[in-house]
Amino acid sequence: MTSSLTWLRNLAAAATIGSTMATSAMAQTPSGEPIKVGILHSLSGTMAISETTLKDAMLMLIEEQNKKGGVLGRPLEAVVVDPASDWPLFAEKARELISQDEVAAVFGCWTSVSRKSVLPVFKELNSILFYPVQYEGEESERNVFYTGAAPNQQAIPAVDYLMDEGVERWVLEGTDYVYPRTTNKILEQYLKDKGVAAEDIIVNYTPFGFSDWQTEVAKIKEFGSTGKKTAVVSTINGDANVPFYKELANQGIEATDIPVVAFSVGEEELAGIDTGPLVGHLAAWNYFQSVDTPENEDFIAKWHEFTGNDERVTNDPMEAHYIGFNMWVKAVEKAGTTDADAVIDALPGIEQANLTGGTSVMLPNHHITKPVLIGEINDEGQFDVVSETDDLVPGDAWSDFLPESKKLKADWVELKCGNYDTEAGKCLGETAAAQ
Amino acid sequence: MIGRSALFKRPTSLAGPPDKPTDRGLAFMIRPMPWLLALLALLFGSLLSAPATAQEPATTASGDPAAIVQKFGGKQSYDETEAVISELAGTGDPAVARPLRALRDGDLYWREGDQAVFIATRDGDEYDLLDPMTGETAGTAPRGEMEKVRVKNSIRNAVTLALGSLTLRSDNPAQRLRAAQTLFSEADPEMIAPLTEAIAAEEDPAVKTAMAEARASAILASDAPEAEKAEEARILAARGDREALAMLSRFADSAQTPEARSAALSAIAQVENNIAFWNQAQNVWYGLSLGSVLLLAAIGLAITFGVMGVINMAHGEMVMLGAYTTFVVQEFIRTNVPGLFEWSLAIALPLAFLVSGLVGLVMERGLIRFLYGRPLETLLATFGVSLILQQAVRTIFGPTNREVGNPDWMSGAFEVGLMQVTWNRLWIIVFAIIVFVALLAVLNKTSLGLQMRAVTQNRRMASAMGIRTPWVDAMTFALGSGIAGIAGVALSQIDNVSPNLGQGYIIDSFMVVVFGGVGNLWGTLVGAMTLGVVNKFLEPFAGAVLGKIVVLVLIILFIQKRPRGLFAQKGRFVDA
Repeated sequence: MTSSLTWLRNLAAAATIGSTMATSAMAQTPSGEPIKVGILHSLSGTMAISETTLKDAMLMLIEEQNKKGGVLGRPLEAVVVDPASDWPLFAEKARELISQDEVAAVFGCWTSVSRKSVLPVFKELNSILFYPVQYEGEESERNVFYTGAAPNQQAIPAVDYLMDEGVERWVLEGTDYVYPRTTNKILEQYLKDKGVAAEDIIVNYTPFGFSDWQTEVAKIKEFGSTGKKTAVVSTINGDANVPFYKELANQGIEATDIPVVAFSVGEEELAGIDTGPLVGHLAAWNYFQSVDTPENEDFIAKWHEFTGNDERVTNDPMEAHYIGFNMWVKAVEKAGTTDADAVIDALPGIEQANLTGGTSVMLPNHHITKPVLIGEINDEGQFDVVSETDDLVPGDAWSDFLPESKKLKADWVELKCGNYDTEAGKCLGETAAAQ
Repeated sequence: MIGRSALFKRPTSLAGPPDKPTDRGLAFMIRPMPWLLALLALLFGSLLSAPATAQEPATTASGDPAAIVQKFGGKQSYDETEAVISELAGTGDPAVARPLRALRDGDLYWREGDQAVFIATRDGDEYDLLDPMTGETAGTAPRGEMEKVRVKNSIRNAVTLALGSLTLRSDNPAQRLRAAQTLFSEADPEMIAPLTEAIAAEEDPAVKTAMAEARASAILASDAPEAEKAEEARILAARGDREALAMLSRFADSAQTPEARSAALSAIAQVENNIAFWNQAQNVWYGLSLGSVLLLAAIGLAITFGVMGVINMAHGEMVMLGAYTTFVVQEFIRTNVPGLFEWSLAIALPLAFLVSGLVGLVMERGLIRFLYGRPLETLLATFGVSLILQQAVRTIFGPTNREVGNPDWMSGAFEVGLMQVTWNRLWIIVFAIIVFVALLAVLNKTSLGLQMRAVTQNRRMASAMGIRTPWVDAMTFALGSGIAGIAGVALSQIDNVSPNLGQGYIIDSFMVVVFGGVGNLWGTLVGAMTLGVVNKFLEPFAGAVLGKIVVLVLIILFIQKRPRGLFAQKGRFVDA
């Protein structure tokens, strides 16, 4: 008797759930031919360590959007390719995505060299690339939207913070490639403009994947032992960071003596280190997982649900994709089409709430506004925010601290130019960009 | 990594069971009703402050440290926190060292209800609370209720400074030493008198020297007569490090009388000599340390490539497999028998040898034996295997770095003169030598070693003597791979444990073996150490990038001159 009653009740419950699901699905399910979205992140090779997460984040965002009814009533379909950390292969895969799969937009790339390698393809085939990583600036292309930080949205505010904390001597330590070299050039000029003497700055580069940091760390220690407060500004790339921090800890350099502020170390990178000895070292980003806002909490919950792993961390480039993807969705809805030209024209001015409580705007120079957060590493492998800019900082494509780029301006709305020379009053165009 | 959710103070679920309101749920529900909140806070406050007040001493007048410590409670700016620290330090009461230390270490918390301040340690979903002044237990609190007193580097420095003046007369010699060291870098003339008193009372010679140095630095920074300063400069000269040098140069620049200046300059010369000597010593040490890492990475290759002549591009991946074995062993120990963690590396060693050796055996039997005598094909095939192994590990363990912990005996450093010797590097040097000696013994003293040498020297003759050459080939390759796995255990302590680990070592390994002389273990040892030392002497001048290039060019030139490397094999079997 009881059993049949429960059975009956279950059936009724199932029926109700079924019907509600059906009705909500009726209103939501996107139909028609799917809109394809390309994901161009390395899933093998050296960069897989960072880029695989971004592929997962994009798949999650696309799945979420489809639950919300897709775009223009049509479902989104992710097309994932693996450029295998091989720069020429990036260009080939980009071409494949655009001409064979006919994707509406591509989200991808991590290193600057991979971005530079796909640029000609995007220009030639006139498609859209969303680039989610902090980079060295000095670029603005019609087909690319830069949702990561430009140097003025990361490096400069970090140095300002350390100056407020009384730092007088600077070690600019980086991996030997274009991003650290350009960023350090900008920083060196900025520090000199602020009255730092040349002998109080050293710039040092190490190769990719460098693992024997003994001499370098000893050099930093020596440089910092003159009695003046010293800090390290690190543009050391991914893999070399773990041995670097291990060596710092082993040689007894604490953050209170010589703090290290890093631009490429986020939650993901810290996952491979015991952060106990690193407490107090800094990182500058536009997002931290520890930021306490409802949007961020929601995002993290969805991420954990999507990956089925409560320990997966979120990081800054993921937030950049979150902003970029939602901006693209809004632009497509606004333009009413996925046609590249229409979407490129619709994107500037689009607003999207970011995960740190503000609203980011796509600027005419194809960069976005972002808050700058300085965080100290804590013993849980997360960052405690110690400083935050009052307003969102607009991304500046051409640095004001490099003489050759000071006069340049990017504006794709009024001037239709990525490198307008304000002194000569003309657009430098392709020839200058190629140099 | 337990409980990331601790970072989010907002309740995740709005609807808790109505009959069992959790505190977090309650706090959320009453947000729109400020009067209720106030009432509740009052209630909480009176409830909770009762035990707290019972523990406090009777006096609550201003200047009472226990009362000042409570000012850390509530949301405050960093400046306010710093003001409280200096107020605490101003009491001069050594008892404030406990809360200050807790603050520096990030263990000082305040309770949301009544803003009472505690030292808290996490225990699952709760905090165990301690009274900040007495250190007595003060109950527990759920995680959502406690807020950390926010600290940053400048706050930690302020605490260290405050502790420095407070703990100069502490009972613990280690604390006194730390205090003296802090005061040395601070060079505050106001500390001369307390330091003089402390020196008179001090019995520990090491602490006494540190205090005398701190006093010397304070006197150099003060308005004391120059004759006295010149006297103190000698103490700094005896210390002989860079910090002393910076202070002495400032003194030399400001010295008025010629006697003072000459005293300063001679002190500077003494310190500079000292530093120059230790710099060279440090370069040699770093070189040996890098050399031992190269030796570890290359020694397996010295067997597979050096002895057997197989160009094994997957050698780096054998090292990586060893490192991942360490990771798996540590994970297992962490979850099942945490007490064994200090032994994790010792347990990982044989396992890593077996794992890598087994993979090597399979590789040899399944692939390489078909390709003997065809070096180009071997190179391509093993390169393919290396890619397969990398991607397999990436699929199983994920692309990100895995955390391999350092046991206590491998962390930290000690000082020899001005040189920092880190324990992990020291152990790796020792370990590399042990592996080298053991391998040498296997090759020279065991029957397997004898057969190996026989097969490499003259395969047909060995075969005629009844040695099963294919079996010896397989064992030799497995041995070389297993040794690479052991190297991986050691390298997991200083490098990333990621699928790319092996790639970073493959080129260096080949360089060492070719430079040292193919087929000779001693050559590998000398080659590795030479390359390490040369690299480390070049690095300070040329920088890391150029240094590496210079080393590579030197090797190419060397190979032109001596194609068989440092220790060339001689005899008629060489060309066989």
